[in-house]
Amino acid sequence: MPRLVKKLASAIGLLLAVVVLNFLLIQLAPGDPVSVIVGEMGGASEDLIAQMRAEYGLDKPVWLQLLIYIGKICTGDFGFSYYFKQPVLDLILQRLPATILLVITALITAVILGTLMGIFSARKPKGVLSHFVTIFSLVGYAAPVFWTGLMLLIVFASIFPIFPVSGMMNVRGNATWYGAVFDVLHHLVLPAVTLASIYVATYSRLSRASMLDVLGSDYIRTARAKGLSERRVVFGHALRNGLIPVVTMIGLQFGQLFAGAVLVETVFNWPGLGRLAYESILRRDYPTLLGILFFSAILVMVANILTDLAYGKIDPRIGGRRRKKARPAGARP
Amino acid sequence: MKHLRSSTLAAAVALTLSGLFAPAQADTLVVGTTQVPRHFNGAIQSGIATFMASAQIFASPLRYDANWTPQPYLAKSWEVADDGLSVTLHLVEGATFHDGVPITSEDVKFSIMTIKANHPFQTMLAPVEDVETPDPLTAVIKLSKPHPALLLAMSPALMPIIPEHIYGEGDIQQNPANLAPVGSGPFKFVEYKQGEYYKLAKNEHFFLDGLPKMDEVIVQIIGDSANLVLATERGDIDMVPFLSGVRDVQRLEKAENVEVSDAGYDAVGALNWIAFNTKKAPFDNPAVRQAIGYATNKDFILQRLLGGVAKDSTGPITGTSPLATEDVEKYAFDLDKAKALLDEAGLTPDADGIRLRATIDYIPGMAEIGRNVVEYMRTQLKQVGIELEVRTAPDFPTWAQRISNYDFDMTEDSVYNWGDPVIGVDRTYISSNIRKGVIWSNTQQYSNAKVDELLAAAAIETDQTKRAALYKEFQQIVVADAPILYINEVPFYTAYKKGLTHLPDTIWGAVSPWDEVEWSK
Repeated sequence: MPRLVKKLASAIGLLLAVVVLNFLLIQLAPGDPVSVIVGEMGGASEDLIAQMRAEYGLDKPVWLQLLIYIGKICTGDFGFSYYFKQPVLDLILQRLPATILLVITALITAVILGTLMGIFSARKPKGVLSHFVTIFSLVGYAAPVFWTGLMLLIVFASIFPIFPVSGMMNVRGNATWYGAVFDVLHHLVLPAVTLASIYVATYSRLSRASMLDVLGSDYIRTARAKGLSERRVVFGHALRNGLIPVVTMIGLQFGQLFAGAVLVETVFNWPGLGRLAYESILRRDYPTLLGILFFSAILVMVANILTDLAYGKIDPRIGGRRRKKARPAGARP
Repeated sequence: MKHLRSSTLAAAVALTLSGLFAPAQADTLVVGTTQVPRHFNGAIQSGIATFMASAQIFASPLRYDANWTPQPYLAKSWEVADDGLSVTLHLVEGATFHDGVPITSEDVKFSIMTIKANHPFQTMLAPVEDVETPDPLTAVIKLSKPHPALLLAMSPALMPIIPEHIYGEGDIQQNPANLAPVGSGPFKFVEYKQGEYYKLAKNEHFFLDGLPKMDEVIVQIIGDSANLVLATERGDIDMVPFLSGVRDVQRLEKAENVEVSDAGYDAVGALNWIAFNTKKAPFDNPAVRQAIGYATNKDFILQRLLGGVAKDSTGPITGTSPLATEDVEKYAFDLDKAKALLDEAGLTPDADGIRLRATIDYIPGMAEIGRNVVEYMRTQLKQVGIELEVRTAPDFPTWAQRISNYDFDMTEDSVYNWGDPVIGVDRTYISSNIRKGVIWSNTQQYSNAKVDELLAAAAIETDQTKRAALYKEFQQIVVADAPILYINEVPFYTAYKKGLTHLPDTIWGAVSPWDEVEWSK
């Protein structure tokens, strides 16, 4: 229980730090939301500008704006988007499913594909496949994600028009629910592959190195000596240990996946939080941007907790050690 | 080859499946845009994003054809009093809002007074004192002084007639109907997914018989213009209004199933120019500004940089306006004349051949008419000993803050005429509009008593010939004074799928009703 309280307290502290830091960083950017709105209007009178500044609370000192904002968040009020005049929470909840779908699909694709590539190349480290994995990893890792996205767009949406260019669904609508599902999946392919491309490289390199290490260990030699099939040796014995660094990396990289989603969503016009974040920066729409950063922080925290739990499942020794620590000494059997 | 075969197979599968799941084709128009509307109430918000939607959802007293001639719309007829101090509108009978409530002169009065109080274009209805409503179908607009710009201000984009029973309660800025509008235009609002798309449906009870032609209009927002062009090439988008990227226009001109036209948009009148900070030495000297005009090879900009897609701009009023004049100084490319003017201004070359060091800014986002033009200026002006430093702003607010606070020497800028000079031109030149911190006011800080006098006189002159003469003199003075170096008219094109007809080609282009747009049968 004290551990849970400690974790909760540190999570709240972290969230508060995220809010304060981001709030102050945004203030450093030149211009304010009113100048953007006035720009889109094609100009406005001084009275209207002053009226908008007062309406948005921008006429108050920054520290007071920050205190008011923190106070509101504590009551679950994320404010109104300056630009859309909509509750920020509504905007975020409208966009959140699209981002989660994209990020989870990309993550699963990257983990499965990367791990498999790593395993197969580790079995024959000097083979052709291994070299291919190394080159593919380097190229995938080095290419900027927006460039990869643009290249995929040119090839698979323009030269060979197999996939759609933009958005999450055909705006003309779908006649049936399964039509709609297919439509979303059809739109999802290119953004998910783009976002996965960097992480495939990471996971394949990581699992290759980890599997090479594990496959050289004594218990694998023993398993082979016992006459087990290669498949059982690799997938039954080696993979579990080989996966531990991969799981660590998933937890660490979840935040980066969100950062990647900003670029991918912008390139593919995917209606998620990432694109909204990018547009909110350009519009100086502080409440929306802060709301998105707040939710992203929560998602990253949840991902880290899940990673922690996954350790225990993959390697019972990790969970076991923790259990032993938490258990009173006298209760040991 | 194998890859090609598998790609082709995949394409076939994808297209077949898409076809299987696609809904039955009604008369639907999918419009692509990069513009994101904040809301749809054009009575209190300006800008293309809102105007485009507002002109479909709301009707206005008048509409315009392609020749600047007013046409009946909600007003079947109108009269301007001989003294120019009132305009009487006779409304069509039986017109209703989308919720079935009849439109009356009270709604016209409410709309006009709301626009006067809230619209960013403050000069548009400034002389309106009151609107009298002697009967439900007659509205008499009372003016404090003659206001010839009023007829253009009654266009769909600028004067949406909004229902008082919906917008009359509480603070209109916060009215939820701004995002779920109820109007009387050809299309009814259905749905808006912020930043993604909005859907409009045919108004079955539209007061113009047989219109609109389309059953449904979907406006899809695609933030990146390259993606928008790609989607149009593929046939995902039926119409792209306000297409202005030179490469985008050229690319779509070559597309197989797409037509591209520059018809319409005359009244929008977007001009691209280089503005000078006229209160900052040496740009406070007209000779220096004129020298830069002579040192700029506009033909190179128009033909090479802008690929012949954009028209030349020679003065403050867009070339197609009946009030524009050709009879102004053209600043024909002449390096010797430029050098002589700089000598005359006392700017002689130093040991490195440099006469003057200055900065030049540009609006981020439209590279072809912005960054490319100022980069050209930087290299070009070296020839007369002017060393320009190009200052890049990461985004619009950064640029706007610099310019509106006079922290600049020269800047590229794009400003719209919006029909009548009173609405979109005066603001750049009248000395009473030098307002620090307000972008697109007179940020050049240009001040000329004669110009102020001419613009004040032209604003109330009801005789069109005399008015044109006043504006002609104004244009000649301003072009000679050169607070601004006019470069080009911002190219606005409409790209559309072959088979689409009756496109919005009036003076307001796509910020006018799309009620006649239809698929050829």
